[in-house]
This record gives sequence, C-alpha cells and structure tokens, in this order.
Amino acid sequence: MSKFDTPKLETYLQTPALKSDAMASSGPFKANADMQKSLGFPGEKIDNWQQVAIEKMGETIEKYRSIPVFLDACVKCGACADKCHYFLGTGDPKNMPVARQDLFRSVYRRHFTFAGKYFPKLVGAKEFDESMLDDWYNYFHQCSECRRCSVYCPYGIDTAEITMAAREVMNAIGVGQKYCNQILGKVKKIGNNLGMPEPALRDTLLDLEEEIEEDTGVAVKLPLDNEGAEILLITPSADFFAEPHIDGLIGYAKVFHQSGASWTLSSYASEGANFGMFIGNYDIMREGALRIRKAALDLGVKRIIVGECGHAWRVAYSFWNTLTGIGGGAADEYALQLQNQLDQNYPQPQHIIEYTYDLIQKGQLAFDKSKNDHRTVTFHDSCNVARGSNMGGIENGQFLLPREVIKAACNNFVDMSESTIKASTFCCGGGGGLLTDDLLELRVKGALPRMQALKQSEETSGVNTLAALCAICKSQFSKVLPYYDFDPFMVVSVHQLVSEALLLDGDNSQQESKTL
Amino acid sequence: MSLISILFAVFFYLAVLLCLVGVALKVAQYASTPVPLKIPTAPAPLTKFGVVLRMMREVFLFASLFRASKWTWLFGWLFHWALVLLFIRHLPYFWPGEVPQILHQTEPLKYAAFPLIFGLSGLLARRFFVDRVRYISAPSDYLLLLLLIAIALTGVLMTFAHYYPDMGMVYSFAEGLITLNWSELPSESVFLAHIFMVFILIAIFPISKMLHAPGVFFSPTLNQADDARKKRHISDWAIDKERNSKSG
Repeated sequence: MSKFDTPKLETYLQTPALKSDAMASSGPFKANADMQKSLGFPGEKIDNWQQVAIEKMGETIEKYRSIPVFLDACVKCGACADKCHYFLGTGDPKNMPVARQDLFRSVYRRHFTFAGKYFPKLVGAKEFDESMLDDWYNYFHQCSECRRCSVYCPYGIDTAEITMAAREVMNAIGVGQKYCNQILGKVKKIGNNLGMPEPALRDTLLDLEEEIEEDTGVAVKLPLDNEGAEILLITPSADFFAEPHIDGLIGYAKVFHQSGASWTLSSYASEGANFGMFIGNYDIMREGALRIRKAALDLGVKRIIVGECGHAWRVAYSFWNTLTGIGGGAADEYALQLQNQLDQNYPQPQHIIEYTYDLIQKGQLAFDKSKNDHRTVTFHDSCNVARGSNMGGIENGQFLLPREVIKAACNNFVDMSESTIKASTFCCGGGGGLLTDDLLELRVKGALPRMQALKQSEETSGVNTLAALCAICKSQFSKVLPYYDFDPFMVVSVHQLVSEALLLDGDNSQQESKTL
Repeated sequence: MSLISILFAVFFYLAVLLCLVGVALKVAQYASTPVPLKIPTAPAPLTKFGVVLRMMREVFLFASLFRASKWTWLFGWLFHWALVLLFIRHLPYFWPGEVPQILHQTEPLKYAAFPLIFGLSGLLARRFFVDRVRYISAPSDYLLLLLLIAIALTGVLMTFAHYYPDMGMVYSFAEGLITLNWSELPSESVFLAHIFMVFILIAIFPISKMLHAPGVFFSPTLNQADDARKKRHISDWAIDKERNSKSG
C-alpha cells in the first residue's frame, strides 16, 4: 500500500520522541516554469535568490504586523511544541510549530536584529543558505496553516502567518509548490480549481437534477448563471465532482428548494476555495475574491452564500470585505454598487450552515431523522472554520451551528474527545495546500491525532459516520481512513445528512431515498 | 565620589536609556506596521470589550499557557508574579523624598524571592530535561534564565543571609540616581553583582525575547475583535491597491 509505516493507534495520543530529520526529504513537487509564470512569479530559482529573499522578508515585515511581533515575541516556552498534528504524527522536531517558525526566525535574527547581526551563535541566528532553503521548502510545506498552535501560544503566535510569509518569499525567488500554483493557474484561466469549463459544469448539474428527481420524484433544480436569482451559491468545485462532496451539494439544493428561494451557481466564479491564502499572496487572494464580486454583480443577486469549504469560509467571512468590499464600508464604485444590490438584512456573506440553521429555527424544514438511524455521527471541526471564522454571529457559533444542523437531521450524535474538537480541533492532515499525493506520507501521519480520537469514539460510542464541512477534510479523510482500517465511506458532508433526512414537499417515494 | 560609584551610575543611566529608547523604537515599529487582514484566533471575542477581557486573561492569568502545559504555566506564572512583587518591594529604594506609607508595608514581599527561584529553576530544568524544549533552546535562552536566577540568588543572599550592604547608602545611592543627587554606593561585592546584573537585564530588554512584554499587546490574533462582517477592516496599502485597480 505504501512505502512508509502508518502509525499505530494507541489508547491515548502519545507525544513522540524526537526523530531528527524524519521528514527532511518529504517536501512536495516543485512548480514548473509555466505554473510559476502564470502567477507572475519567476519561472525558476533566480541567481540572486538570497538577496531577493531577504528583501522579500523585509517587505513582509513591513506589510504585516503579525510577522515582526510573532518573530520577536516568542520566548521558546515550548507550549506549542506538542500541539501540531504533523509533529505528533512524525516526531520530526522541525514539525514543532516553534521550530518551524525558527527556520524563518533564525534568518530574521541574522539580518534584521541587533543581537543576530553581532551575536548570531548566542541567539541562534542563521544565514539563508542552500540547506536553509531546503528546510524552508520542506517544512513550510508540512504546515497546514491550521492555527492550532496559536490557540496555545501565550502570545497568540500563529505559525500559519509565518508559513504564508515563507511561501510568499519562496515564490518570489522562483521556488514554488506545484500543487498550489498549478491550481491557482486553473482558477485564473477557467474559474475553478478543477479546471472544469462551463459546459462540463452545466452537464454535471443537469445529471444531478435527474438523479435527485429519480430518487425523490421532486424536480429540485441546480441553476447555473441564473440572472436575477436571489442567492448566489459559492462552493468549492469539489462539490461538483467528488464523493462525498457531491451529496452535500444535493443537500444544499434540496434546502434551497424547500425554502422556495431562487438561487444560482456561477460558471465565472465556480470556485469557493481560494488557494491564494495558502501561499500568503494578498493579490492572488484578492483576484479570486474579485471573481466572486463580479459574478454577484453580473447576476444581480441579493445574497451570497458559501458552501461547505473550510478555508473558503475563512476567506469569505474574514477577508472578503477587506479584499473586495463584499459586505459594507468600501468606497470604490463596484463595491458601492454591490452594497446597494445586496440585501443588508442578512449577514454578507452567509454560510450554508447558517442558512439551513435559520430555516430549522423557524420551523421551515421538516426531517425524518430515522433515515439517518443507521448512523452514529460525530463531527470534525474543520480548522479554518473553527479558528478562522464564526457562524451565526454568536460567540462559538461556528461550533454550535453545524452540530445543531446535524442533530436536527440525525438521532445519534456524539462528540469526539473535548481536547480534539472545537477550538482545539486537529487538522485532518491535508489542509493548507498539502492535499496532494506527493505528500501522502505526511498526510497519513498528520491524520494520526484525528484518527486516534475517532477510534476512541468508535470504541466507546459506536461512531460509524464522520461528518465534515470542508472539501479538503472530506477528500483527505476519504484517502487516509483506510490506512487506519476505517471505512473510507464513513466521511460525509453535513448537508448529506440533511439531504437524507429532509422531507421535500411532493416527495412521493416511499422507498429509501439514497444510501451510500 | 569613587570611580566605582561613578561607573555604576553611568551603567544605570546607559541601561535605562538603551531600554527606553529600544522599547520605544520597537513599539513604534509595531504600532506603525499595518494589519491587513482580520486574523483573531479561537476562541475569538466578538467585541472590543471581549478583547479587553481576553487580553487581561492572557496578561494576568496566562490563560493560553494554562491550556497548553500546566507545568510551564505554574513555573512561568509564579516567576512573573514574583517578579512583579519584588519590583514593588524595590520601589522604596528609588522613591524620591518621603516614602509613602503603603510602601513601608512591603517588607513581606521579600519572600517572593523563593517562588521566583522555584519558577525560574523549573523553567531551566525544562530546557535541560524535556527533549522538545531542549531542541528549541538557543544559548541565549539558558543565559537569560541563569541571569535572572543569579539576580535572585544575590538578592536572597543580601536579604536572608546577612550579606546585606549598608542600607542607608543603598537608599541614598538609588534615590540619588532618580533625583540626580548622586552619592556613594556600598562596595559589598554581592550587592555590586546584584545591581550590575540588573543593569544588564534592563539594557538587553529591547534586543531580546523580553520583547514579548510589549509584543503581546500588539499580537493581532489576540487583540482583534472578530467582527469582520460588521465592519470593514482595511490597511492603508490595501486601500492604495484598491484605488489603483480598475477591475470590477
């Protein structure tokens, strides 16, 4: 099955002994010249890379307050050291958040601080040489930017910020990662991560409509480019393509159908994911967000709702208004036009979970929960939702709302161990631009803490279904669950659970609607 | 005045100057660097008031550290609070003129020296014995702890082991530094070592990890309210970018 050993699941999560350089040669494939150039980066490693890298570091220090504060403030207390899933899964000391940051910090100290310039040995300052760049490339691509470390740091130091800055520096010298940069090129050219053109998308949606009608006898529509619709749904393109994502999309469609709202997808902005965040590039992230603003303007929608995708929701919730003025407060002409157009009675943007939750609260959705009685469900809090966003506008709403939606559709729900969920949730192991097969060993090992908690729930509560609301989590779990002897089909979209139990008006089918 | 008194007076002013100027420059740098995105981390407060509460929990209770590691929290929290108490205990020396009544009551605070040494020793032991912490420690991390322990030990020798200097001279030297009315300092070596090390500590504050003290207040993950959908958050350079782009 693989060239590496899958870690054993013990009764409790163990903190591993240090295994130096265990993952030193586990970096991902590099982007080729075409991929690099399509994003405006140098095609290959430039000759004066050291000089340019130091200049770029200086730029990030001047543009982002988080960088100098986080680099200066760390006292090396070690609070974060055993909090990273990649460290827990691999034992490689450079996967401890503080040690990962230190790759950046040691160069920062050498070039930007008094102590590091004059007493480098004393304070662990280091030169940016070839072997340091190798470490940067390997280990800044072994961080999923999940922010778990930041929850435990007494100064809130967020390794994700450092990882993003490091990737930004590496891209600037022509050392980019294939997976992220290739995908960003596709978004730029076609509009989604899959590179799925409009006709293919239209076909897929028609197929789904047929499938739903066959199952339920109800003509649930999945409209595309429907001008004048009330709601624009922005969802990760995986929802059009892969299991179990697609069952989530069917769930959203049924909820919209049942609520009677007119809604649409956009072929121009057919991607909720925004990998610009993963590589720490403000401009590329903004370009992605601008596509959505343009689609909203062109289609004349009143509301923007985001589907199940972790980092997409972080970008939408926390960054869209900053990047493009979706929401309120921006003054450029398109932003103003959009503000007039959007219905300010609703939060903009809104998460599909918030939408469904509101309908449930108002009693507008009815469920036959017994449809999910064969399941005992647990919920995986996706890192970017848990630690980079909110839902419902209430404190900790991002933890509460998805659970309430699941409980409305299922009779059997149990949480995993408290130290592995909500604010302390463990990353699935595939986030932050690492969901690629050239990082399979890392992904399998990084999933260990989550698998451990799942195993415990399976043994104590008979959990057989793992619900998630992030495309990356769903793909990652489907892939790594078998390595730990779980059924890969146990992972489901939250809206798949909704879909299976939701009672549609005019649904005459008495037979079981749809199983895995 | 003796040469040594003059030297120590000069050291003191130099150290304080380096510290104040250095910290001022760092704070100015932090304050003037934009925060382009909303990045509060969980559990994120939704309001400014919530941020104040969160910051107080972090600064006074070390709430995040408590979640992370109970031992590190115990050692670190004891050390920091003992340091605060001992700072208060030292105020009367420097108080210009009549010392307020309340500062006469600070005598018992001297016992904070023991939790201070306990906490520091615990932190040092972790650096030696926990492999993860050993891995991330640079020489400066050990040296700073050793410096603090040495300051504490010399203090303890003076306070509890009869190595005390002429207290009258200590008062007039310290007060003289503040009122610019310089006088001789006692020549006991334990005392000289104690204050010399304190001067070093003060001087290296802005070029060391002690910057975590001002830094924590500028940490965007901790000091931002999670209100992205309520209010637009934007930095100056992003506004410029927006003005220069024409895309719709």
